[in-house]
Amino acid sequence: MEQHNRYHSVRLDKTRCKGCTNCLKHCPTEAIRVRGGRAHIIDERCIDCGECIRICEYHAKIAITDDLSAIHGFPHAVAIPAPSLYGQFKGLKSISPVLDALKAIGFEEVFEVARGADIVSRAIHEKLREPGLPKPLISSACPAVVRLIQVRFPDLIPNVVDIRQPMEVAAMIARQEFCRKHGCAPEDVGVFFITPCPAKMTAIRSPLGQEKSACDGAISMMEIYGQLLPHINRILANPTKPTATYYGVRWAVSSGEASAVCPDNSLSVDGIHNVIRVLEEIENNKLNDLVFFEGNACMGGCVGGPLNFENNYVAKNAVRKLAQECSPQHPVENVPVSMMTKYPLYFDHPIEPNPAMKLDDNLIVAMQKMERINQLVEDLPGYDCGSCGSPTCRTFAEDIVGGFCGEMDCIHKLKDQLKVMAQQMVELAQTKRE
Amino acid sequence: MSSFIHEEYPVERGDYTRAGEASADIKRRLKQLGVSSNVMRKVAVASYEVELNLVIHSLGGKLMLDVGTDGVLLVSEDVGPGIPDIAMAMREGYSTASEEARSLGFGAGMGLPNMKRNADDFDIQSEVGKGTRISMRFNLA
Ligand SMILES: Nc1ncnc2c1ncn2[C@@H]1O[C@H](COP(=O)(O)OP(=O)(O)OP(=O)(O)O)[C@@H](O)[C@H]1O
Ligand SMILES: [Mg+2]
Repeated sequence: MEQHNRYHSVRLDKTRCKGCTNCLKHCPTEAIRVRGGRAHIIDERCIDCGECIRICEYHAKIAITDDLSAIHGFPHAVAIPAPSLYGQFKGLKSISPVLDALKAIGFEEVFEVARGADIVSRAIHEKLREPGLPKPLISSACPAVVRLIQVRFPDLIPNVVDIRQPMEVAAMIARQEFCRKHGCAPEDVGVFFITPCPAKMTAIRSPLGQEKSACDGAISMMEIYGQLLPHINRILANPTKPTATYYGVRWAVSSGEASAVCPDNSLSVDGIHNVIRVLEEIENNKLNDLVFFEGNACMGGCVGGPLNFENNYVAKNAVRKLAQECSPQHPVENVPVSMMTKYPLYFDHPIEPNPAMKLDDNLIVAMQKMERINQLVEDLPGYDCGSCGSPTCRTFAEDIVGGFCGEMDCIHKLKDQLKVMAQQMVELAQTKRE
Repeated sequence: MSSFIHEEYPVERGDYTRAGEASADIKRRLKQLGVSSNVMRKVAVASYEVELNLVIHSLGGKLMLDVGTDGVLLVSEDVGPGIPDIAMAMREGYSTASEEARSLGFGAGMGLPNMKRNADDFDIQSEVGKGTRISMRFNLA
């Protein structure tokens, strides 16, 4: 389990890192340090949100995903595209060309994650009718937000809805349907998620709320965009028919989920720093008349994921238009009730708190460390300049107490120290002359 | 209670832009100390309510946090105006919040009742013209 949790899709490309401080400041869990001239990611804290990928001008932060060639590791391969993929192509009139383009580049079948989203929408809708639920219930769809809660808001874990993400539901169904149709063994089918973000890749390698992911891998949208493009405008005699509803497709954009499961009393927030602000309010019980909260780490929702090709505003608009071409039926009518029991839709594993922010396991030691940190902070300039390689003066003090650096790593302290030493030298020289 | 951590947070009257910063810092610290989630949540709610009362209703004051091995102590002290009828103020729904505060979503009259509900020990003392002191204790574990 331990090493399970340590898998990260977000990595550093050492050769490209200049050791600047841009990423330091934007990391929502203070998981980055610059030491020895380059960035380091603290594994325990990283939630794979991809903020650093977006911010790094040198493209030194990267997302590890599977190569398209990984599909050859299986006798059969099925693609399950995130609905945000539909928003990447200009002038599309229907979703079908995207599904067919995936088949053209090597997948035998395609199953829409948006259809998974339909099923999950109904499941959450039913769940919300249960009495005594914590308020608000928090969406579990964005893995970066769930991990953020594990690290920074562990007291909100009971609010996280215990229903699997659309990607997982889609993967289960895709595999089963393929096996039924083609009469093959489940292990002979590779189910690959076409992903807009590294967080989903991480969620496949170290799943949240379940023992094992139903996906075999994730392929970056960015990576296959160019290969799909030539197939997008082909007109086929028998195009693949989309099966998802308007509601399922809309999960690609912020508020899509909330408007499918609880349009009357929900709140949707996008951008990880905005999500943090609202989670603080939920923690303070300031939003307890709210029934459902949807948080997306990326601006605009999944269409804003770092692995999207198109900018999120354009993609959002495209998805909105394409959704209108789909069935307008609400998932509560469109998804048969039998689906609610046919597949395991609920978590089989609890979401555990991640104590990565804890100073020590022992309360007394933690208090001693905090006291020492407070003393150190008093003595630091408070510029939060990042030159020491820690994001703020306070985190620098935490790092000193953690034994990762020394006080003289602060250039301002060093400067003061040098001044004192220079003064002492002058004094020394003067005493000698007398 | 032997206290290891002591923090003070001055809170100014009417300073809505900084409202919530003290309680946010308190939460951050408790998480760093590894205080259990359910205790954390109680302190979060109570500290936010008490901090906002200082901003909205008091003439200014301070919030004090003490953490020891057995519990968390949260004290709010202000310099006035004091509460004339404490029993009345403790009632759910009772509020004298200004129009301004109400327009910002405060004034449901739920702050004090929520503090009392969340704290393991709750004490309030007030004198008109002098000030109000609220002391809340939260047991660890
Ligand atoms: N520090 C204080 N100084 C003076 N009066 C106070 C103070 N704290 C509370 N009060 C009085 O007690 C009343 C009730 O406080 P309480 O926190 O329960 O409700 P509220 O602040 O009015 O509304 P809410 O907390 O729901 O936004 C307040 O309206 C105010 O008259
Ligand atoms: Mg109040």
